[in-house]
Formats: sequence, structure tokens, C-alpha cells
Amino acid sequence: MAVLWTLSLLLSACLFWPACLALTPPAELPQTHNLPPSLGFNSSDGGLSVDLPMALRVFSVDYHHVQAPFEIVLWIMLASLAKLGFHWSGRVPAVVPESCLLIMVGLLVGGVIYGVRHSAPPTLSADAFFLFLLPPIVLDAGYFLPGRLFFENLGTILWYAVLGTLWNVLGIGLSLYGVCLLAQSSLGDVSLLHCLLFGSLIAAVDPVAVLSVFQEMHVNEQLHILVFGESLLNDAVTVVLYKLFESFLRLPSVSGLDVLLGGCRVVVVGLGGLFVGLFFGLVAALTSRFTSRAQVIAPLFVFLYSYLSYLTSEMLHLSGIMAIVACAVTMKQYVEANVSERSNTSIQYFLKMWSSVSETLIFIFLGVSTIQDVHMWSWPFVCSTLLLCLVWRATGVLLLTAVVNKLRRNTVTFRDQFIIAYGGLRGAICFSLVFLIDDFPKKRLFITTTIVVILFTVFVQGMTIKPLVELLDVKRKKRALPTVSEEIHSRLIDHLLAGIEDVVGYWGQHYWKDKFEQFNKKYLRRFLIREDHQARSSILRVYQELERRDQRGDEEAPALVDPRSHSRPLLPEEMDSIRRILSRNLQNFNNKQTPAYSRHTLHQDATLDRTRKPLHRHQSLGERYTYNTQGEDAEFNGSRRVRAGLSRSHTVCSSSPRPFLQDSSAQSRGPVVPTTPPAREQQISPQHAAPVGRAPKKQLSFVLESEKQP
Amino acid sequence: MGSSSSSINHIPDAEKLMQETGFSAAHIFRLYERFEVLDRDGTGQLRPEDFGAVRELAMNPIGDRIIRAFFSPGQETVDFAAFVRILAHFRPTVTNWTRDGAQTEPANSRTRKLKFAFQLYDQDRDGKISREELLEVLRMMLGLQVTEEQLQSIAERAIQEADLDRDDAISFDEFRKSLEKVNIDHKMSTRFLS
Repeated sequence: MAVLWTLSLLLSACLFWPACLALTPPAELPQTHNLPPSLGFNSSDGGLSVDLPMALRVFSVDYHHVQAPFEIVLWIMLASLAKLGFHWSGRVPAVVPESCLLIMVGLLVGGVIYGVRHSAPPTLSADAFFLFLLPPIVLDAGYFLPGRLFFENLGTILWYAVLGTLWNVLGIGLSLYGVCLLAQSSLGDVSLLHCLLFGSLIAAVDPVAVLSVFQEMHVNEQLHILVFGESLLNDAVTVVLYKLFESFLRLPSVSGLDVLLGGCRVVVVGLGGLFVGLFFGLVAALTSRFTSRAQVIAPLFVFLYSYLSYLTSEMLHLSGIMAIVACAVTMKQYVEANVSERSNTSIQYFLKMWSSVSETLIFIFLGVSTIQDVHMWSWPFVCSTLLLCLVWRATGVLLLTAVVNKLRRNTVTFRDQFIIAYGGLRGAICFSLVFLIDDFPKKRLFITTTIVVILFTVFVQGMTIKPLVELLDVKRKKRALPTVSEEIHSRLIDHLLAGIEDVVGYWGQHYWKDKFEQFNKKYLRRFLIREDHQARSSILRVYQELERRDQRGDEEAPALVDPRSHSRPLLPEEMDSIRRILSRNLQNFNNKQTPAYSRHTLHQDATLDRTRKPLHRHQSLGERYTYNTQGEDAEFNGSRRVRAGLSRSHTVCSSSPRPFLQDSSAQSRGPVVPTTPPAREQQISPQHAAPVGRAPKKQLSFVLESEKQP
Repeated sequence: MGSSSSSINHIPDAEKLMQETGFSAAHIFRLYERFEVLDRDGTGQLRPEDFGAVRELAMNPIGDRIIRAFFSPGQETVDFAAFVRILAHFRPTVTNWTRDGAQTEPANSRTRKLKFAFQLYDQDRDGKISREELLEVLRMMLGLQVTEEQLQSIAERAIQEADLDRDDAISFDEFRKSLEKVNIDHKMSTRFLS
């Protein structure tokens, strides 16, 4: 039934929209076929109007006037409705990743448009993609990047990103050239440089696609950060190689010096993007320091500066993705300390919203764009490309991991390697890059092949990765609730190891972190964070909020702890506050329990340190909607249930091995004026119910596991 | 790292230490260098003040305890052999150099590592972490941010969870049990050569 509802929704959306397009006469394709009309800028001649001869026009339709924004809005509306429908459609999300469904919707829409207009539908223009659609996604990913985990694994990530990409590019390019040589008859005019160019764009793993598929799977965070980090950082290598080969194509001849210069360019591009991002991040942090009197526009600065950093680095032909990630990572802690709670929430929500919309649009356009006028097909080329992509990636991962495991302590297991290799999805970046190639006879073939590869990786690999993971039993994040003892002792051990390393004078895993923290505390924080926000630590603020809430809500509940009652079992809110104290106060160096990135859920860790996220407290689905805080005894049950509701909305993907209910902090930070707890809880629960509709469905597979919790 | 035994000839008992602790010659050499740096008055013995000179250690919440852990009870100084033996606890377990006829449990086994951590709590060496000992450590780690009541409740909770025989203290076995899910080998190891 839900399926029917979905289908009807989608169909109506699909039909309504092309009907609008059909109203406009088909656009004249600008210039050649190689630059398909960019989104939303079709020209059309005039609008319809109802003519009353000689009199005033009482009613007229002037579509032309609003055409551009109208079409853009319609596209976005279509994307969002499709996304809604997806979440409502029963068991489908469990099997088919969202990206696949969106591409299918796109195919449908594209087919309809093609049928109506008998010409190619608007495709994703490279400019629109790189300038408007990609930045929000990368910004979102960068802002919510688990910093410590990322930096701990940075060496490995760089290893995969740089060397792995190089390996793939050269491997695929050269092998394809071999194939072309073998199939001289049909592919004879594809030169080596063309093959290398193609290799460079097809080898890149796409962060958008990877994220959207990994959302569905719960793999341990280390694996997640490896794949994700690699997909982010290989942008530098990819872009440089692409541009390099492109410029080589234009040069009459290529010398060794050019190759060497190309190598230097990779470094320059990567580091340059990084520094641009750092610069803008620091400026943004500084600006946010002064926003106390105009709090409403504080979120705007975050977006503006990030986007500026992206545009600046694109302007300088540096890596925009690295810039925006660096900017987000840099400014995050200072901005969070400086701006108000509501601004923080706004920032996070907007980021999520924009990145969701962007991602949806990208996939839909991928679908639409596959309906092209002219496809050039060549069995050997396409099949060999597919095969080579898989093979080279697999061998690359195997070799690189063999080397890197010697240097790491947390080895990358074979199963992890399989996931890394198999999870290398290609996406819209390849697609856009292939359109940007200068025209040459076989360009159509490249486009077709790229589309096939993207569709194959997203559909086949995307859909099968989850069953395969389950088959291989990838080491999932542990779900047991950590005991307080564990936390205390672990922290003690962390301190101990830091001390030992100081004694030994060895620059262990703590050294750079410590150095940075000191520098951070002494200089950066004092400079970049508002005066009155520096003194109080975040934990104290939250803790006071919690206490206030407790005391206000229920007079009978003990204030916090009666030190004399030793043997009383602790109430959950006390437990939460204890956990919070521990997790924030104790300096944690090796914090591997940060939540992994999630596109669709907003983790309300609007404080400096990351708290652990709830995994799940599985109560039945109905509970979320049937709580009543007043009737039960004490705030205990009500708040527990609300916490359950809140925690469910957070559980979808990214959970830490140490679940940690921090919805009390969510409540205290929620965008609500703290009046009475029941009212607040009411307000928060539906609010959180909204963003993730699919959370309840997702829980199904995890109910059993959580039941085992002590 | 071939035979650098020539360079460690002047280190007392180097071979014996290597055998006992599993450190390689290069490790021993490096540790000896570090020992000499710490031992500012060149007596061949370290005193608590020498450790105190390590600035970062002074800022460590449990720095005092770590320093004290180097000294056996009643001893005022630490010589190189003892220094190395303590540090041997922190070798990664995967890189055990082959030794012949190791009778005793290697210093970096999981149990020995845990024992070392346990002794950071258990200052009076009675084999149990009492509530007060736990509170002391918590106070050191949590500092001034937390009230006494909160500390009490945390300690209470910790003991509740771990204390299986209900004697209101945590024995070593209970300690070990409460940490069974933690990867001690990884957490309590550090590479000794850069």
C-alpha cells in the first residue's frame, strides 16, 4: 500500500513536471551536441497568453518570464518528492540504495521528456555540477568529519588516495590502450593520451556515491573513514591528472620535463587547496567571534566562507574539494564555540538539507542524462573498462594494504580490503569530467562508457555490497554499551601512555596531537573564540542545563546524587550526565568512538568535543508517538521514552561503538526556549521525527542485536 | 639493524636486558640515550626530580603516579635496567623478538600491562582498588570541573559495575574482566623507535 502511494506520488510528480516542460517549445540546442544544454537555461520563445482581441488581457501566462527559476524549482521539487517517496516505500530502502532509486527516477523522467519532446533532455552541465551541486555535499561531509579518526588514519588515507589513484589511473589507461591496440579496427583512433585521460577520470572514486551507499551499511568507523577520506582526497590527484593529460593532448609533444612538472602540480594543487581552506577557515572563525550582536546571520558566514574557499581554489586551479574540507574542519570548533546554540543547529540543519538536495539532484540528473541522443557503443571498450576498473582497484588495494599494514597497528583486514575495493563507486564527478573533454571522434564512446561504468558501480556494486558485507561479516562497530569502568580505565591508560611516551621522548601517536592542542589552547582559541565563551567548558554548560532541566521538571527526583546513598541504582539521566562528564572532561586521545558521517541525520553534537552517539535503545516503533510524560511516575519514563524517540532518529547509520545518549544535551540545545520539560520534549520529538523517516524501518535488522545489550 | 652490539657495549647488562625484555639492540641503545638525557647529573640513576623535568609529564593529570610507578616501593632511584624493565611493559605484543627459553611471562603481555595500569590505582599495593583510591584517580583526571557528588556517583557506578564479589573494591581480576572488551595490546603499546 505504501508502495502504491509512493508510485502514485512519483508518477504524478513525473508527469506534472514534464508537462510543464512540454509546454515550452523545445529548446534549441546551443552549439554542438557536445555541450548539452545546461540545466534550466533553455531558451524558449514567448509564453502563452489568452488573447482577447483589442482588449486588455485579463488572464495571461507568461512562462518565459519565470522559466529559469521555475524549472530549477521543479527539478528540486521532483528530487525531494522522490526522496520522500523513497523513504515511505516499505522494504525497498533496505535492499536498494537510495542512489539507485534516484537514478531510476531520473531515467524515468528523462524517458518521459524524451518521449514528449523527441530531443535530448537537459543534462547536467559540468559548470552547474562543479559550482553548485558539489560544494554543499563536500561541505557537509567536511563539517561533520570525525576529526580525530580522520587524522589518526591520515597516513593510510593519503596512501590510498594518492598512490592508489595513481596506480588505478596508469593501470586503467595503459590497459585500455592495449585493448584499443588489439581492437584496431574499431578503436584504432584512440590514442594513448586519450586512454590515459579517460583512465584519470574513470579511476576516481566518488565521495557522493560512496557516502550514499555506505549510509546503508554499518561498518566500523575506521573503514568508513578510510573509504570516505580516500574519496575526498583523491580529488586532488584526479583533477591534476585530468588537467595534465588534457594539456598534454594539446601540446605537440610531451617531454619528460612535462611529466615531472605534472608531478609537482599534484603536490601544489593538493597543498594549495589545503592552505586556501585553512585560510578561509580561520577567517571564518574570527568573523564568528563578532557575531554575538547579529546572531541570525551567523550561519551565513559559515556557508559564505566555505563557498568562497571553494571558488577561490577553483579559480586558482587548485583542488576545491580539499579547500572546502579544510575550511570546514578548521572553522568548526571555533564557530561552534562562538555562535549561539540555535545558530549551530541552523548551520547543521542547513548543511544537511542542502547536501541532501544536492545529492538527490545529482543522481536524478545522472539518470536523466543517460537518455541521450547519440550513444556510441563498443562492446570491447565498455566491457574491458568495467573489468579493468574492478581488477585494478582490487589489485591496488591489495598491494597498498600489504605495505601499509606493516606500519599500522590497527591492521586493515582482508574483509576491510574487500570492502574498500568493492566500495569504490564512481559517480557524478566522472560524468562531468567526461563532458568537459575537448571534442574528438570517440568522445561519444567515452561518454557512453562512463555512464555505463557509473550505472554499473552504483547499481550492481551499490546493491550487492551490503549482502556481501553481511556475508563476509565485516567487523561491525561494537554495539555494547560501554561501562563507566571501561571509560575511566581507558582514559587512565590513555594518560598513562601519553606520559610514557613523554618519558621516552618518542613522538608517538599522542605527540602531535598534544602539540596541536597546546598551540590551539594558547593561541588559536584565545584569538578566535569570544571572550566570555572561553572560560566555561562545554561540559559545564551542558551539565548545568541538565541540572536545570532535572530540577525544573520534577521536584521529587533527587537533585543529582545523594552521596550517602551508595547502593541506589542510578537513574538514566544521572547515568547520562556521568557519561557526558567522562566523555568530555577526560582528555581522550584515542577517541575512536566518534560517530561516522551521516548524510541524513543530524547529530546534535553542537559542542566542542564529540560525544558518543546513541546506538539504539530499541523500543517498539509505536513508542515514539505514544509517549506521555505526565502520566508515568517521575520524569524517568517520559524522558526515557523521549530519549528513545530521539535516539532512534539518530541511529540510522553512524553510530559509535559506544552508544551514548546525548539527547539530553540535544534537548538542552534544542531550538526551544526552555520552558517546561514536557513541552520541550513534545516539541523536540516530532521535530526529530521529521528528518529521518526511514529510521524506524532501518531498525529492523538491528533490533535483535540490541536486545542483547546487558 | 644488524649487529650494533659494538655500540651498546658500554651499556651495562645490555645483552641480559635484551633477552629479558625483548627489546632489540637498537631499542636499548635509544633508550640509553634517553636515559642519559634525563639523568642530568650523570649519576646513572634517575630520581623523581629528573622525571619532573619532562615538561609534558608535569601537565599530565596522572603524571605523579606515572613517575612513581617507575620506582619500586621503597626505592629512591631508578637505574637503567629498571627503567628499561618498566618500559618493556609498553612494547607492542606483536613484535616479540624471539627469545630462547623464556620462563617468565613477557613483560608486555596483556596481563602484565593490565597489572601496571592496576598499580596506578592501587597505591597501597593491597591488590584491590578501594573506593578512595578510585576517587583519588578520578579527581586527578576530572579536575575541577566536576563536583564532589558527581565524582562520588561516578565512582559508585564504576564499582557497582565491576565489583562482582561485593567487597566494595575492585580486585585485579575484576579489573581485568571489566576491560576485556578493550584492545589493551593496542592501547597500551607504543613504538619505541621513530
